[in-house]
Amino acid sequence: MTLAAHPHAVRPLRKRIADASEPYLYSAPALILIIAVMLVPLVLGISYAFRDIQLLNPLSGGFIGLDHFRALSEDQAFFRALRNTLWWTGASVFLQFLFGLILALLLDKPFAGRGLAQALVFLPWAVPSFLAGLNWAWLFNPVIGPLPHWMHALGILDAPNNILSDPHLAMWGPIVANVWWGIPFFAITLLAALQAIPRDLYEAASIDGAGPVQRFLSITLPFLAPTIAITILLRTVWISNFADLIVVMTNGGPADRTQIVASYIFTQAFRRLDFGYASAIALVLLVLLLAYSMLIVLLRQTLLNKG
Amino acid sequence: MRSKPFLTVAHRLAILAYIVVALFPLFWLLKVSVTPNDLLYSEGVRMWPSRATFEHYTFVIAHSAFPTFFKNSLIVAGSTAVAVTILASLAGYALSRFRFRAKYWIVALMLITQMFPLVMLVAPIFKMLSPLGLTNSLTGLIIVYTAFNVPFATFLMQSFFDGIPKDLEEAAMIDGATQFVAFRQIILPLTLPGIAATLGFVFTAAWSELLFALMLISGNDAATFPVGLLTFVSKFSVDFGQMMAAGILALIPACLFFLLIQRYLVQGLTAGAVKG
Amino acid sequence: MASIDIQDIRKSFGAFSVLHGVDLTIRDGEFIVLVGPSGCGKSTLLRMIAGLEDVTSGDIRIDGKRVNDLAPKDRDIAMVFQSYALYPHMSVADNMSYSLKLRRTAKEKIASAVGGAAAKLGLDPLLERRPRALSGGQRQRVAMGRAIVRQPKAFLFDEPLSNLDARLREQMRAEIKKLHGDLHATSIYVTHDQIEAMTLADRIVAMHAGVVQQVGTPLDLYDRPANLFVAGFIGSPGMNFFEGRYLVSGDHADLRLANGVTLPVPRRAGIESGATATLGIRPEHVVLDAHGALEAKVDLIEPTGFGIIMHVSIHDVPMKIFTLDRAMLDPGPAVRVDLPQERLHLFGTQGQRVE
Repeated sequence: MTLAAHPHAVRPLRKRIADASEPYLYSAPALILIIAVMLVPLVLGISYAFRDIQLLNPLSGGFIGLDHFRALSEDQAFFRALRNTLWWTGASVFLQFLFGLILALLLDKPFAGRGLAQALVFLPWAVPSFLAGLNWAWLFNPVIGPLPHWMHALGILDAPNNILSDPHLAMWGPIVANVWWGIPFFAITLLAALQAIPRDLYEAASIDGAGPVQRFLSITLPFLAPTIAITILLRTVWISNFADLIVVMTNGGPADRTQIVASYIFTQAFRRLDFGYASAIALVLLVLLLAYSMLIVLLRQTLLNKG
Repeated sequence: MRSKPFLTVAHRLAILAYIVVALFPLFWLLKVSVTPNDLLYSEGVRMWPSRATFEHYTFVIAHSAFPTFFKNSLIVAGSTAVAVTILASLAGYALSRFRFRAKYWIVALMLITQMFPLVMLVAPIFKMLSPLGLTNSLTGLIIVYTAFNVPFATFLMQSFFDGIPKDLEEAAMIDGATQFVAFRQIILPLTLPGIAATLGFVFTAAWSELLFALMLISGNDAATFPVGLLTFVSKFSVDFGQMMAAGILALIPACLFFLLIQRYLVQGLTAGAVKG
Repeated sequence: MASIDIQDIRKSFGAFSVLHGVDLTIRDGEFIVLVGPSGCGKSTLLRMIAGLEDVTSGDIRIDGKRVNDLAPKDRDIAMVFQSYALYPHMSVADNMSYSLKLRRTAKEKIASAVGGAAAKLGLDPLLERRPRALSGGQRQRVAMGRAIVRQPKAFLFDEPLSNLDARLREQMRAEIKKLHGDLHATSIYVTHDQIEAMTLADRIVAMHAGVVQQVGTPLDLYDRPANLFVAGFIGSPGMNFFEGRYLVSGDHADLRLANGVTLPVPRRAGIESGATATLGIRPEHVVLDAHGALEAKVDLIEPTGFGIIMHVSIHDVPMKIFTLDRAMLDPGPAVRVDLPQERLHLFGTQGQRVE
């Protein structure tokens, strides 16, 4: 009843607080979890880069400044991993994008059984990454897999050997597995963007006399461009962080020929239990990826401004 | 549209080629898993063994820890999927329907979590979870996986909510509902495809996760399928039939889930991936 | 049922102001139509009454009780949306009874309320269907039914007929009017269609750019538009305007157009000689007369079936004439017309009506 006495003074304040807090109530559980399990560890992880953290050494934990980074600057294995990362990421993203785009264009045309075909070609995406790695490792294994024999028959290989143990070819193993596994992601995203293009644009272009190639260049590509740009950006970052396939298929070998930075971090942390050094490498990778993303975003901005 | 028969045939052949490439590795997994050991080497590149057997499956199910791995993975992936879907529905709804000051920061935070190498978190998370007794436990894995999957799932759910007209909640609120009741009784039932897509996506992701499972789990009791299979591989790397039988078993739940929800996933990923 | 009292309502989104102080008193049982072009603030005003938009300043009272800070659910109003906003996953019956269920009304009461509303709207055979399985007109009816079952204090309509085709719109318009005749419910109806406004309203509120231009009965607005905006907005085809200078000479007055032509106008007290002014006359009030004072060159003839819209020009100033005379389908190159003095509207420099 006291409320009724001052309806103007009391209720608006309570209502205002209730209204303002509502969106936070909805997002709080997710936020708290993300902060506790991702943001706090991230900050801790950054601090580890400047500390001596070895899991099995109870005397470790001290602050050591830039020692890890000094060690890193002389670590040949790290620089090799960096080069491998470029190669791994570049080849994977390019091939995934190329085959994904073709698949999306193929699926964009209506045909009988499209739903089924779509479900089947997207299936590799559902395959757990470690299993995709094992699966391809087995396919490349001449004992039980057909691929070395086929490649030998086609003259690509001199003998039906496992390319995963050939230092010069080993990287192709995880890349092939990665392309197989990642085509659906690009295809799904691009297909969705394709289907958002208004159909009457194509009809108008046809009436104006544009052929299929002109239609693709003047309508499809410009419409897809924003999606392509953002997907490639996200995918590049993701794939350079993606160590599962390499850890499972080659474990970085032979002779570190397939060691990428992400798998190198994992090796340092998991096999040598040197968390401090692993965090230092991860921090460098994070900075490189951030720089790359900024560059792309800036590039896009300049291009947009020009247009 | 006029259609040229040649183009039509080329189109169908191209689709067929994609399907073959997509399915062949899985087919090979199946083939080796039903090949008896004595035929494994003699019939190495044959498309189907002259004699098929289920002995590898029976062995894996009866004489290995795989049933435990399977159960653990099911618990972890199932709980993670449910937890993520609940959290992401709430957060995605907030992002879709409210204009509030921190929204920009929340989106930025969630985007950042998609950018940095998750390996970086292995050490700190291990250090944080071990005093809580959450290493070597399924609960620990569920918490970690839930956090990892919430950001993307939130964007996914948001794109589904964005597709539902605001009028419906307003009508419900005028009909006498609070915003939360309108969300529960009107909006959520209409987002079922989105919920299915999120459930399926997160289930598959949690079912597949390897690095953190390797790092946080050491014994067989709490091992998930990826960890179990990988230990199995490094220990008995010649029992190909059994490994592949186990692999096929690991594949089944993920693929089933995927086939059920892939249609919705394409719908939701569209908006989510492009906008996010 | 209830009266609604709106005092100096303002609304801004950030620095952008959409309503600049609206005052309006709606009597119990009255049917009010808010009309105006899109972006005039009429929908915002309606949504503020419903509680879907915050009030920036001013008061809204329903039945004497200030509702500014009440949630929509506590205002006891019903609303019919342009999109109908039917719940797609519920049957027609569930759609209609949802509000009563939320209020924990007894089952028998719900059944009788839904039954009554369904009978009134002819929805009986559709009660078990989902909205997806209904035609546009049927959906519209369900949306109305959902509003009726509650017996709320007021009905709000947000362009409810805009998504229907012309024929159905006409039919539903008549049904809404009949329903209001039965229920005598306080209603606020938003539309951009002046025909809907004219046919339905007890009183029309004409709005433009966030300001109320005129409040009055439909015939008030037609006969005595308060300013140029209302004059141009109400009526179809729209009113003809002639801009010029108002000049008094002796006991009569003229409007001198820019091209030097003068049109005789009635003398009005509210305007000074020499001021710029606008003369208005509705197309249906222009008299075709072989002995008329003005010659009009015929530019274009538009037959509507019922009548004929003639586009003509008087000394190069374009004008429209509406006539029922079929001889005018082929009027020749020019006709003679009169602009009857008692049908002329005069608007001053600021566009306000001058008496």
